[in-house]
Amino acid sequence: MAQPISSVQRGPATIGIIIALFLILFLALPVLKVIFVAFQDPATGEFTFINFVDFFNTSLFQESFFNSFYVAIMSVLVATLISVPLAYFTTRFNFSGALIIQTLGIIPLIMPPFVGAVAMQLLFGSNGSVNLLLDEWFGFTIPFMEGLNGVIFVESIHYFPFILINLSAALVNIDRSMEEAAQNLGSSGLRLFRRIVFPLAMPGYVAGAALVFIKVFDDLGTPLLLNVNNMLAPQAFLRITSIGISDPMGYVISVILVGFSLLSLYVSLLALKGKDYATTQKGGGGLMKRDLRFWEKIGCYSLVIFILMLVLSPHIGLFLLSFGTIWSYAVLPDAYTFDHYITVFSSASQYITNTLLYAGLAATFDVILGTAIAYVVLRTGIRGRKWLDYGATAALAVPGVVLGIGYLRLFHSVDVPLIDKPLASWWVIIVIALTIRRLPYALRSCMAALQQVSIMLEEAAENVGATKSRTVWRIVVPLMSGGILAGFVTSFATASVELSATIMLVATESDAPLAFGIYEYMQSASGRGPGAALGIIAVLFVGFGTYMSHRIIERSKRAREASVPVTEGATP
Amino acid sequence: MKYISILCAAALGLSLISSAAMAVEGTLTIVTSYPTDTTGTFKKAFESKYPGLKVEMLKKKTSAGIKYLQETSDNNNSDMFWASAPDAFEVLKDSDLLVKYKSNVSGIPEKVGAFPINDPDGYYLGFAASGYGIMWNTRYLKAKKLLPAKEWADLKKSEYFGHVGMSAPSRSGTTHLTVETLIQGLGWDAGWAEWKAIAGNFKTVTERSFGVPDGVNSGNFGLGVVIDFFGLSSQASGFPVEFVYPTVTTLVPANIALVKNGPNPEAAGAFVDFLLSTQGQELLLDPKIRRLPVNPETYAKAPADFPNPFKDSSIGSAVKFDLALSKNRYNVVNSLFDVMITYRLNDLREATKAIQDAEKALAGQSNAGAKKLITEARALISELPIDEATANDPDFSAIFTKKRKKATDKVAGRQAEVEQKWDEMVKANYAKAKALAEKAKSML
Repeated sequence: MAQPISSVQRGPATIGIIIALFLILFLALPVLKVIFVAFQDPATGEFTFINFVDFFNTSLFQESFFNSFYVAIMSVLVATLISVPLAYFTTRFNFSGALIIQTLGIIPLIMPPFVGAVAMQLLFGSNGSVNLLLDEWFGFTIPFMEGLNGVIFVESIHYFPFILINLSAALVNIDRSMEEAAQNLGSSGLRLFRRIVFPLAMPGYVAGAALVFIKVFDDLGTPLLLNVNNMLAPQAFLRITSIGISDPMGYVISVILVGFSLLSLYVSLLALKGKDYATTQKGGGGLMKRDLRFWEKIGCYSLVIFILMLVLSPHIGLFLLSFGTIWSYAVLPDAYTFDHYITVFSSASQYITNTLLYAGLAATFDVILGTAIAYVVLRTGIRGRKWLDYGATAALAVPGVVLGIGYLRLFHSVDVPLIDKPLASWWVIIVIALTIRRLPYALRSCMAALQQVSIMLEEAAENVGATKSRTVWRIVVPLMSGGILAGFVTSFATASVELSATIMLVATESDAPLAFGIYEYMQSASGRGPGAALGIIAVLFVGFGTYMSHRIIERSKRAREASVPVTEGATP
Repeated sequence: MKYISILCAAALGLSLISSAAMAVEGTLTIVTSYPTDTTGTFKKAFESKYPGLKVEMLKKKTSAGIKYLQETSDNNNSDMFWASAPDAFEVLKDSDLLVKYKSNVSGIPEKVGAFPINDPDGYYLGFAASGYGIMWNTRYLKAKKLLPAKEWADLKKSEYFGHVGMSAPSRSGTTHLTVETLIQGLGWDAGWAEWKAIAGNFKTVTERSFGVPDGVNSGNFGLGVVIDFFGLSSQASGFPVEFVYPTVTTLVPANIALVKNGPNPEAAGAFVDFLLSTQGQELLLDPKIRRLPVNPETYAKAPADFPNPFKDSSIGSAVKFDLALSKNRYNVVNSLFDVMITYRLNDLREATKAIQDAEKALAGQSNAGAKKLITEARALISELPIDEATANDPDFSAIFTKKRKKATDKVAGRQAEVEQKWDEMVKANYAKAKALAEKAKSML
């Protein structure tokens, strides 16, 4: 480790330094600029840790910490129960509609702000459709949306795609010969899954589970929607955004959130430490697919359909809301209309192009950065390389409003040459904010993907004379393509409905993205329908984008398989 | 000499008028928390009056708007701030981000209800009034076999347990004024006792003020404490809801102000004048906007059932609102509400439920012991961690703002420390109240 950087590593080292500078400029500095008050004595302005002492002495914060932790753990468990069957069935069996399921699986991530919440309440609230029906038929109701259990319920159906996507990508990447070897030795069924398949897919699962854990721990939207205040993220938010009060505790909690998220990331990395998940053979790719017997088929389909109905119900509610006239204390809307779509159509096109531009650019930057960081961290010996990973992942725990204020504070006095505008009110700053906020998603997927690629393949390429960069472009990136796509999709989908940082940074109406449009509509009673219509439009666009990228990947994979029949034949 | 000066003044006046008329063009950037229904209507009307002008409405939540103006002040490109809550304007005024403006539109009275329409210092102006009240979902109440609550005191009745929603005063400036009004109307101790008795029936404390009408409209809860236009515009949008002003309410102006060093002050002034003009005031009557105009003459054009605070003296005049007092203890009231109600809602609800059950069991019986326990339990819930004198003490409220004018200034105590002490007492009291009420019930 201590020796000077070899010439081979000079390229990756330069890239690592550039990324580090980018993260320092657009993540560390803006956040520090805002949260330094956490380390300031409120009375004297001196540097102090007294605020942290207060944090640990306050019973409300202790409870909040425990609640956040409990909710995060439980959400990971429930999300696992939802995603493992979906991922396994669609990758393991010849299952018609696997592509549709993989696409629909991403939809829950696209929960438009505010309207998503209204739709959930209308369906699962204490007087929502489900409970009204239950009450009418059976005389009891289920508190789906009450308290911490409500938060767990909503969080797990919102964030399970993180596990689904990363686990599916990992399952597809497993070397078939491993499975065959196990079968030859007599293993099958659940034992095969438990001992061979699942352990080999571990990097993908851990990447997804860590994301769910950290995301839920830091999540603000869901507790706020259920008006649960006794958790850390809402406590931070409520204290930071109160008008006129300058309580440092909000920033103290932000620091704690960042610290704890990094700690849990570290723990998740420990879980993978010392094991090798890479498999060398990539020709056939993926698990062996087999046909289902009739009864198995029925069982699988009913389970999958049940899960999909459950996780897509918010969007079914949103769909009804966007066509409904008035929906109040009733199982279904009173009547249906196209008016809301007509209302939004005049304004929607600009929102859509802005959203596609911002989220598309941000997700592209994210996978580029994610791949580069993964490569630097896993394939080089550069000192401090792990901090790139930690630094980028810390963005997960930074509340959007903190990042937004930090950007205004840091970049408002910086004028962009040529266009003569402050950087903070140029639309590019929104793209940068989205890139930073969604980088952890892409990064986890890219890391998991690279962990499954054996270094022997790269060495082989270099032995036959390929340069380092050529190896990366022709060998590493194509083998990682599944993980990179998973990263792109999660970053893109979640960036398209981001609001908390954007609302601080949008400086002109013409720069506003979809989520901002939904926010505008949802400020008034008459805007609920149009807001839902915009939400549905967002979901459709992102869903379509996801479907297309899956198609492209599938096609290129098939093309690759077709062009190398020798490999296929060589592995009997 | 005299004539010359008059002539000069006239010439000056003329040149001012002509320059003002000429300069209303370019772009006018307004930071606002209002929904598109409001901003779109005014933008359209104003732009058609001044064809050379483009109005840019920058929508931000009130708190985000304040932060935005604060952070961008060294390179400001916003002209105006347009929002409801007077306290948001107070914060901006204190941060030295506003500039005084005096409109030349006549016919606007000094006060609406008991509240002055314009900032006494002249930094912001009221263009409409709003009052707080109760809205309810008619389908919900019918299904639950409840009657609407028409006074604040009705909301504490046990039949409304779990059916009421409200926002927190720290989240919404208008909610703050409602809380403060009732406290000023009933007195510090009785006012807080009333709020805690009502809060015992809460289903939820929403994070945004719009969460309350949203919840009532959906039927998530049946009754909500809301500002009038939320109730009235929900009704106008077709939701099965109704709205009423209780006797003790206050009317608060919704405001507009010019931002300091704005790029287009002439257009900004013209926009204020337009808001206050006959045409601007009449736009407020639009069913999607539904705000109370501040020009009394506009009410002649209002629909029949439109409330008129200038005629109907029962709206917003029962309490003589003391603005200075409210401002002084602003953050203390917010923090107290959060500590005692928002963050301890479950404990408060459990204690309230136990007391209500005990009272139900007691009805029709005479059991002095049980009655005494229930009274004790009620007193425990009502008990406040600080008295009025402390709350009004500027040194005490400085703990919450921590505005050190100089680096050498010292403020004693920290908010987290104070809140923890309050929380300890409140939590213990609620638990004890619950135990007492359960004991009382077991005696019956």
